[in-house]
Amino acid sequence: MQDRFMESYLYGRPFHFLFYTGKQSYYSLMHNICDIFNRNLIGSRWLTKTELEGMLLEKLSDDDYSRFIRLLEKLMTLPCGDIEENYIKKFSKEIAVQLQKVSIEPLKYDEQGVAFSTGEGVRKTSRATAVVYDNGTGKITVNGIDMLRYFPVLQDREQLLFPFQFLGRVGKHDTVCTVSGGGRSSQAGAIRLATAKALRSFVTEKEVEFMRQAGLLTVDPRVKERKKPGQEGARRKFTWKKR
Amino acid sequence: MRGRRGRAAALPGSSRGRGGSGRFRSSSSSSGTEMAVPRILRAGERVGPCRAARSRARPARPAALQRPPHPEDKLLTEPLRHPDFFNVKELFSLKDLFDARVHLGHKKGCRHQFMEPYIFGCRLDQDIIDLDQTMQHLQLALNFTAHIAYRKGIILFVSRNRQFCHLVETTARECGEYAHTRYWQGGLLTNAHIQFGPGIRLPDLLIFLSSLNNVFEPHVAIRDAAKMNIPTVGVVDTNCNPCLITYPIPGNDDSPTAMELYCKLFKMTIIRAKNKRKQTEVFQDLQRLAPPWGPPAQQGALEGANAQ
Repeated sequence: MQDRFMESYLYGRPFHFLFYTGKQSYYSLMHNICDIFNRNLIGSRWLTKTELEGMLLEKLSDDDYSRFIRLLEKLMTLPCGDIEENYIKKFSKEIAVQLQKVSIEPLKYDEQGVAFSTGEGVRKTSRATAVVYDNGTGKITVNGIDMLRYFPVLQDREQLLFPFQFLGRVGKHDTVCTVSGGGRSSQAGAIRLATAKALRSFVTEKEVEFMRQAGLLTVDPRVKERKKPGQEGARRKFTWKKR
Repeated sequence: MRGRRGRAAALPGSSRGRGGSGRFRSSSSSSGTEMAVPRILRAGERVGPCRAARSRARPARPAALQRPPHPEDKLLTEPLRHPDFFNVKELFSLKDLFDARVHLGHKKGCRHQFMEPYIFGCRLDQDIIDLDQTMQHLQLALNFTAHIAYRKGIILFVSRNRQFCHLVETTARECGEYAHTRYWQGGLLTNAHIQFGPGIRLPDLLIFLSSLNNVFEPHVAIRDAAKMNIPTVGVVDTNCNPCLITYPIPGNDDSPTAMELYCKLFKMTIIRAKNKRKQTEVFQDLQRLAPPWGPPAQQGALEGANAQ
């Protein structure tokens, strides 16, 4: 401890910038791992506590070691970079993980040369796919039936038209959709999501961001809540009787 | 490692708590008679063969006023004559503070009683800090830090905010100073001689980039620094206690933009002060070595100095 202290002084000032923490090597190790953290990397098989103590020449408590391991575990969930492999090799093996980035598909063209794009949507138990064609008149066909016949209720038709209305392209696209499962409202919601996803290909990135902020591109996570034992429904309790 | 490194540059008349090791004690005993006279500090005395010989040859000083003028005194006293020697005012402006969201405080319920003088007002329950006062306090604090860095003092950055721990440590490393953003062991300052070893040199300035610890209580180091007569500079938010901090800076300590601004400002002042110190020393050396007559011989002397 005395030798350690003596060697860390240089012209009256401590040598290491973390000297005043008391555990300069351990904390500088944590600091360096944080550096790599910010540069996106990963690690795997860990050194044991005794191996680490041997490497650092400092005594560690179990808490310190577990924190070090937790930090490396956290690193593991991130994608890896080739530059830092050498550094992490000292402590662990590398594991490569691909980062999933949402990419907008480009437009496709059919036999007549008309541009079209496909999208899929879900809502509760409904599953829908929509194909949006360019140069259209605003016709929407659902399962081979015209939208006006398939959705007699105004609310459902409003849901279908909302993406076009938001982008200002109401009479410009033709849509052909297929939908299954669920009820009338959830089918309408599923088709709305599908059309919004398909429209991303026709539109600029800024407008895609506007759509995302409007909530057109988010899958609605609400599903029917399960019924619990001792209750009549998910929330409804049995009638309370005083006696 | 001779000479006393005083850190109370801007606090005339204040004394260091304990003498420390034996070699420090000898010089502090001679200063005991000078307590009535404002101390002219011997801080930052360079160690080298010529200087060590000169300091050994120098007699004990009875009183500061009777001392013959020493070139190093000019090095140390010259900055103290100006209110803003290092021109720290130009490093920041009110717009910079506003853009970095320094004026945003916490909600009204979290307000600390002693922060009320620094608060401009309250909008929708959120306190707004008075940036005019922040400007003044920031200028004083940066000026003080610069003086400490000029006199080769040890500066310790303290922040227990986990979000910015890495940023603070990087800042400290880049300006050649020290950082402590981890769990603070109780006797670090007050029990240093047992924890580290005898003859340790404690920090001369503590900079708090966040004066609360993880449980939202005042950081133990504020109280310990006050006990050990170490001056503190601290960023105080609307839920902090500014009492024991020597140079409080009322401002936001939770936004990343605000923290990056503070780190940038402290780093720039410290580096500027250190460069100024090096420049002045080199300039003095050249002046000392240059003979009083004509340019040609001066050039020869300068070449000689450069060769050294």
